[in-house]
Amino acid sequence: MTTPETDYTPDPDKIMSVALGPQHPGSGHFRIRLWLDGDYVVRADPDAGYVHRGEEKMAEYRNYIQNVPHLERPVILDSSGILFAYAEAVDQLMGNKIPPRGQYLRVIMAELNRIISHMYFLGIYGVFEGHTTMIEWGLGDRDLFIDLAARIGGARVTFAYTIPGGVRNDMPRDMTEQALKTFDWFEKRLQEYEKVFLRNPLFEQRTKGVGILTRENAIRYGATGTVLRASGVKHDIRRSEPYSVYPELDFDIPVMKEGDCWARTTIAVEEMRQSLRILKQAFKTIPEGPVRLKLGPQPRVPAGEVYFRTEAAHGEQGYHLVSDGSPRPYRLKMSDPNFRNMILLPHLLKNAHVADIPSIYWSLNFWPVSSDR
Amino acid sequence: MQSTGPAAAQPPAPDARTAELSAKFLQRFPAAKSDYVRSKRFKVTVAPEASAEAALFLRDELGFDHIIAVSGTDYMAKKEIEVIYFVASLRPGQEDLVAALAERTGRDSPVVPSLVEFWPGAEYHERETFEMLGVKFDGHPDMRGILLPEDWNDIPPLRKDYISPGR
Repeated sequence: MTTPETDYTPDPDKIMSVALGPQHPGSGHFRIRLWLDGDYVVRADPDAGYVHRGEEKMAEYRNYIQNVPHLERPVILDSSGILFAYAEAVDQLMGNKIPPRGQYLRVIMAELNRIISHMYFLGIYGVFEGHTTMIEWGLGDRDLFIDLAARIGGARVTFAYTIPGGVRNDMPRDMTEQALKTFDWFEKRLQEYEKVFLRNPLFEQRTKGVGILTRENAIRYGATGTVLRASGVKHDIRRSEPYSVYPELDFDIPVMKEGDCWARTTIAVEEMRQSLRILKQAFKTIPEGPVRLKLGPQPRVPAGEVYFRTEAAHGEQGYHLVSDGSPRPYRLKMSDPNFRNMILLPHLLKNAHVADIPSIYWSLNFWPVSSDR
Repeated sequence: MQSTGPAAAQPPAPDARTAELSAKFLQRFPAAKSDYVRSKRFKVTVAPEASAEAALFLRDELGFDHIIAVSGTDYMAKKEIEVIYFVASLRPGQEDLVAALAERTGRDSPVVPSLVEFWPGAEYHERETFEMLGVKFDGHPDMRGILLPEDWNDIPPLRKDYISPGR
């Protein structure tokens, strides 16, 4: 719990450089180079790129529909969230008016994926902090939502469901009851998470007051997602710049002021509660009708450029799309929430204890595969 | 199923706020070019020499304090590379806006000033643009690659004349 003094000056002769990784600590290959003085981190330098696959270059070789499956790969646990912004960006360039049912299905899948992603985050964070119950519960309960998503999307993780023009297919007509039952049960279950995980004295000791990110620094460094909102900034694209059918749905944006690891975890639980509210409303009020426009296998996208952003599970997912009127994007830039949050690592790890590195690293809900693209 | 005819894109109508912000910017920098003013988005292009001043103006006067992306595009036919800073705002009332500050530099030896001083969050974004498009950011505190292997021995991969292996 103690924070080292910030005016402490390390002795250059005593500094040892250590490579933490490259390894796969539950999320993707990543390395942090550390310069340590005893138990204190003097400097940290994230070394990304172990899982870089050139998504942006790949996108230039494929047409707008062929781009769908590979663009969801960077965050397979939030595949509908990451595709949402892409589909909306292409729709905006083409001037597509998505049928309401298609928009609701996009939101349903995005929110299911948000819960799936946050559950994984909590599970892995728990096991990193020595809380084995959390990973068992997290991954177990997550499966109920994967089952729901699989009934709609047809696969368990990568659905390629949210596509330009709408969604790929309609959902089964008989799943509303199963879904609402799951949501009701999970709402009660979240209270147990609080008792067993968030209010666990050991977990509190390892996370409260650790890795504090101030509001000013969160803005300066361009932080996003749960990290930004845990530092007292009420900014969620679903409310700040509403898109799709979010304006019709009733939900709150949880904000916390502490900015420490504990706040970043707690906010994920709160967000899942809000996602449940959205999902319940969406399942009850989803209108009838078509779910997509027929764009054909190679839609023609007029020349132009667009920047579209949505709130994915890890934070703000943006796409800068430049079209020259040809069947393929001239340039597709993914602005990834994890890449944006990566710059916080050297900042938060500086002067931290070595034992706090996992606490800080995982509290950022950092996903290297998505960061590297 | 509905069908759409040949894509008829209608750019979203500009709103009064982005029009006003864009006008303010052009008033301060008459040499700048306005690329588009749309609903919640506006893009301005400045000369690289003026970008530092423009960044300061955007951040402090217009309230665009939250860097969200730096994108680079290779316009090979025009022998130019465009670098765009996408900056959002957390100022109350304009949280839904994104300003795009663009600058163009020659393709042969592209150099633009680094804007890390104004938006510290741009540090890794600029490093990425440096290695993917070969644009040097003058004054960047740590100008090296970030995603590619250290022994990358080819032209920057997002240049249009780089062809992926097997293509």
